[in-house]
Amino acid sequence: MTQEDLTITDPKMKAHGVNVFYGEKQAIKDVSIDVGTDLVTAFIGPSGCGKSTFLRSLNRMNDTVASARVTGQIELDGEDIYAPSMDVVQLRARVGMVFQKPNPFPKSIYDNVGYGPRIHGLAPSKAELDLVVERALVRAGLWDEVKDRLGESGTALSGGQQQRLCIARAIAVDPEVILMDEPCSALDPIATAKIEELIHELRGKYAIVIVTHNMQQAARVSQRTAFFHLGTLVEYGKTTDIFTNPKQERTKDYITGRYG
Amino acid sequence: MTFNAAALLLLIAGLALIGWLAGRARSNLLAGRTGTKLHSRPQYHGWYVALWLFAPAAIFLAVWSSVSPALITNQVLTSEAAQSLPAFGFERGAILSDARSVAQGDQAAVRLPAAAPLVKPYADASHKYAWIGIAAMLALALAGGLYAFTRIRPDFRARSRVEKIVMLVLLLASLVAILTTFGIVLSLLFESIRFFRLVSPAELLFGTTWAPTSGAPQPDTFGGIPLFWGTVLIGAIIAMIVAIPIGMMTAVYLTQYAAPAVRKWVKPLLEILAGVPTVVYGYFAALTVAPALREFAVMIGIPNASTESALAAGIVMGVMIIPFVSSMADDSINAVPQAMRDGSLALGATPNETIRQVLIPAALPGVMGGILLAVSRAIGETMIVVMAAGLSANMTANPFASVTTVTAQIVKLLTGDQEFDSAKTLAAFALGLVLFIVTLLLNIVALRIVKKYREAYE
Repeated sequence: MTQEDLTITDPKMKAHGVNVFYGEKQAIKDVSIDVGTDLVTAFIGPSGCGKSTFLRSLNRMNDTVASARVTGQIELDGEDIYAPSMDVVQLRARVGMVFQKPNPFPKSIYDNVGYGPRIHGLAPSKAELDLVVERALVRAGLWDEVKDRLGESGTALSGGQQQRLCIARAIAVDPEVILMDEPCSALDPIATAKIEELIHELRGKYAIVIVTHNMQQAARVSQRTAFFHLGTLVEYGKTTDIFTNPKQERTKDYITGRYG
Repeated sequence: MTFNAAALLLLIAGLALIGWLAGRARSNLLAGRTGTKLHSRPQYHGWYVALWLFAPAAIFLAVWSSVSPALITNQVLTSEAAQSLPAFGFERGAILSDARSVAQGDQAAVRLPAAAPLVKPYADASHKYAWIGIAAMLALALAGGLYAFTRIRPDFRARSRVEKIVMLVLLLASLVAILTTFGIVLSLLFESIRFFRLVSPAELLFGTTWAPTSGAPQPDTFGGIPLFWGTVLIGAIIAMIVAIPIGMMTAVYLTQYAAPAVRKWVKPLLEILAGVPTVVYGYFAALTVAPALREFAVMIGIPNASTESALAAGIVMGVMIIPFVSSMADDSINAVPQAMRDGSLALGATPNETIRQVLIPAALPGVMGGILLAVSRAIGETMIVVMAAGLSANMTANPFASVTTVTAQIVKLLTGDQEFDSAKTLAAFALGLVLFIVTLLLNIVALRIVKKYREAYE
């Protein structure tokens, strides 16, 4: 792994020597990576390479899997997120997540977006909550499509709209990092294009980490790319370098479609 | 020679076995000789022959068993000895059945002298029809078997035929339950109609005085409202106040918090609770809960507290329903996709907030369906209320008072010496019909809700 060409001066998250185990099986082996504050970082690699597992350890979603165990160090703004003093509820409010399949709650569009702000007490009055919901929906590029039907069920939207609703829901709690776990894998090309456009717009406001199967997508949306294979981080660098001039043979083979 | 249906059934089963072996052997043989590949595997040819051999003969056997007694009796009646029988009535039947018993060897000698000359005609007729029956049955079996046997060819589609027959058998099996339900409804309906000729439906449904045993000076009154109220108070109010919160909390604990080891033990234990006979709950209600509640009521100064109380019956019924509610809620909560839970947790919601604000609302339709099913069970429940709620038809909201329910009254109306066509007895059927219709509607609504909810996540 080469660190020289990385110009991340102010990392939002730093992982060092991270291992993740499911029971006896090791899913992630000694991964170290820095996530830039103003950047979109893409994790690519073949299915089962551990990229989603690693992503889920960044906001401790692996805690919900009984057999999962994480060792090593992951820091958010210099704070160890696996330290006993870290409140996982607050961590997840700061590190939001968007899932592979859109998973809006069976509530109204308004309540879906308002859910996070409500439980965190971010908007004490109805007027403030209205504002938070509107701002999140505007940022997620969904406001114009839904502003007249905020009371309708979130599950009644199309797949692409549902996914943008989930992004709005994550934005509404004002996180610092947004993790996206293959957010477009269940969407058609048009909806995918909209999400990618949205990622462009969100860049700089949040540190974004996106897991994707789709190498073109990684090339389009990210500035940094990490290539995972068999639980290890093979190569991490500027997206342009990874795609035009990979240093590792395995990266080159994957990029050129030799396997994966 | 008598016609022994069980032995004959065994006989054709034995023949069917031979048919099976023969069919299998022949298909193998044909395949070997012509060198072609069999369409169906040999045992299907065997089954095909066996079924053709067995089914027509068995159906004939069933028909013949029910028809031949009448044929025998007819023949006996044409005999000379029968001319001296009384023309109709009880005595005639007794003589005939006496003669039949002797002729079939069920008893050694006649009890009625008049039956003696009929024994021989009976024996003759039985003999004759037994032989006819057996011959016809065997002929059918052999014809069926031979027909099937000759149809065996390597390319004969025995498997699809056999599968069709198996499907038919399964269909018939499923029809049994449905037809039985129809029969039950019809019998209820006919008796109820007889009741409604005597008492108007409006009185039963809207009358407020229930006094079917008031005796001669006053006419009986069949106002059902006090019973319906008692049923609702115990089954739908008190029992649910107990069962819904406890059942829900159990389900939440078991699905969200319990370690797998705890869940492994608690779930089966709850299911055992659901399997306790209701009469045992009845003892518990009548002997333990009711006296304790009465003492409590007296202590806090409630007047006329009875040892039989709506509260005792309702609480115990609620306990009985807990496993029902909790297992329905458990299923519904588990059916909420993991993605919902993850989505909420990833927003920084605590597990508690996730359960209250996402899982339970999402599971609510299913839980509601479960609760409706539980209510329908509770209002149909009999033993607990018979033993603990009492029989006095009070219209009271005081849970410490004795009330009665539809089911308890049905038991009361039908037990003891009763004429079978008095309004009092028939009232039980009318009440049963009302109960049946209400629980049926509840079940339909509940199942629709559950189904709609299932679709939402598929």
